[in-house]
Amino acid sequence: MQRDKDIVLEVEDIHKKYREEKILKGVSFKVKKGETKVIIGPSGTGKSTLLRCINQLTIPDRGRVWLEGEEVTHTKKSINQFRQKIGMVFQDFNLFDHLTALGNVEIGLIKVKGMDKNKARQKAMEELRQVGLENQAYLYPAQLSGGQKQRVSIARALAMDPKVILFDEPTSALDPELIGEVLEAIKNLAIQGMTMVLVTHEMGFARSVANEIIFIENGKILESGSPYKLFNNPKYERTRRFLKKITELYGESSEKR
Amino acid sequence: MFFTFLHLIILIKRDIIMIENFLMIYQALPYLLKGSLITIGLVGGALFLGFIVGVPMAVGQVYANKFIANSISFYVWFFRGLPVLVLLFLFYFGLFSLLGLNLPAFTAAILVLGLRSAAYQSQIFRGSIQSLGEGQMLAARSLGMSKFQAIWNIILPQALRISIPGWSNEYSIILKDSAVTYAIGVMEILTRGNFIATRTYKPMPVFLTCALIFLILTYGGVKVLDLLEKKLRIPGYVFGRREI
Ligand SMILES: Nc1ncnc2c1ncn2[C@@H]1O[C@H](COP(=O)(O)OP(=O)(O)O)[C@@H](O)[C@H]1O
Ligand SMILES: [Mg+2]
Repeated sequence: MQRDKDIVLEVEDIHKKYREEKILKGVSFKVKKGETKVIIGPSGTGKSTLLRCINQLTIPDRGRVWLEGEEVTHTKKSINQFRQKIGMVFQDFNLFDHLTALGNVEIGLIKVKGMDKNKARQKAMEELRQVGLENQAYLYPAQLSGGQKQRVSIARALAMDPKVILFDEPTSALDPELIGEVLEAIKNLAIQGMTMVLVTHEMGFARSVANEIIFIENGKILESGSPYKLFNNPKYERTRRFLKKITELYGESSEKR
Repeated sequence: MFFTFLHLIILIKRDIIMIENFLMIYQALPYLLKGSLITIGLVGGALFLGFIVGVPMAVGQVYANKFIANSISFYVWFFRGLPVLVLLFLFYFGLFSLLGLNLPAFTAAILVLGLRSAAYQSQIFRGSIQSLGEGQMLAARSLGMSKFQAIWNIILPQALRISIPGWSNEYSIILKDSAVTYAIGVMEILTRGNFIATRTYKPMPVFLTCALIFLILTYGGVKVLDLLEKKLRIPGYVFGRREI
């Protein structure tokens, strides 16, 4: 099925309805290795549902997903095998509250990958260093700021050496002054060549980091393209209006920083 | 003068009764304390059984399919719906005999109190699990943990911590309920107290002593569980809640 070896993630014709309401009505896109895709769209349009359909936390009604050419949907393999390779960062962090920052990062390595405890600890420490939190390793989530929590959750995803990381509005739950440190961490990942799919309202960030922006509305991709094209020369008036509104609402914090 | 003399005699007689009572209690105490060991064994056994049955029940009620969840609800309804004495008779004189099990009263009492406690404990744990929020499960599954791994490594360690206060309550309830096993002849505190009371015709001091033992056991157990809760408390949380 896979033609292009460069493609890490392929999403084809995803449909999902809750009760009788159709949330996703056929969404398809491909993500190349090292690419950062930004998904934007009005609230309630199905962006979170789409991300969850990718790693099957929500089972789509129709459509298929491939990771590095292997089908994730309708697979004989355990879905857990794929999820290890698809990192996920949530809007409200979802750190494991009973574990330290270090515990949060190493638990996947120990329990899922079966890594030796000492090795796992070393690797987890390394990932925390990557997001600038080696000094907070032994603090519990309740002792961390929102920005620190989100960086721990990024480290937790990173530790599994995923092929792609899905971010669901990673800065939406943060105080404005904490947004920058999280965007910085994500930006660093982009620079290092991590493949990422990001739902965000941070347009400044999207402009500077995204390879492509996908605008979803009413369960479908209305328009997609480079940041330059979408901001300067969108096909639809609707896209222009949405980008204008969202930029006014959220500012361009990452560029101002 | 005569009046004061009578008064004195009454006073002396009272003192004598007091001394007699103390002596009697002193002599009976080892016998009663042995009973409190049996009570502790009974309560410990029932709580343990209730725990190892109650935890999977709670997990099943939250995460298993409808059929299993409904069966568990039925179990809970049954055991919570009957007076403990009815359960005890139903099992000891009914079910266990029907099954040809010739269980000693002590074992039967542990089984009945334990199975009943499982119903109550499962609801304590279920409440805790459901208070966690689905994000914990989502995050665990997104790392590639199986449902079982997520429950074992992420959900239960948190849910059980939150459950300690409710569990402490369950301990004090079972401790008191354990006295009804008197009805099937388990040699616990109250059964022994009753023996002594009928032999000495002094129910008041005997039952007061029994009451005191129960109060001490309640206090001690609850204290231990309080300490456990403090020891296991997650830093940064106050009373299980995030600090601001
Ligand atoms: N588990 C669910 N059950 C029922 N409806 C849901 C569920 N999850 C999401 N929805 C609905 O689907 C729609 C899309 O939700 P979501 O994907 O969270 O949108 P977005 O992330 O774009 O804001 C919303 O109307 C939401 O109410
Ligand atoms: Mg969302």
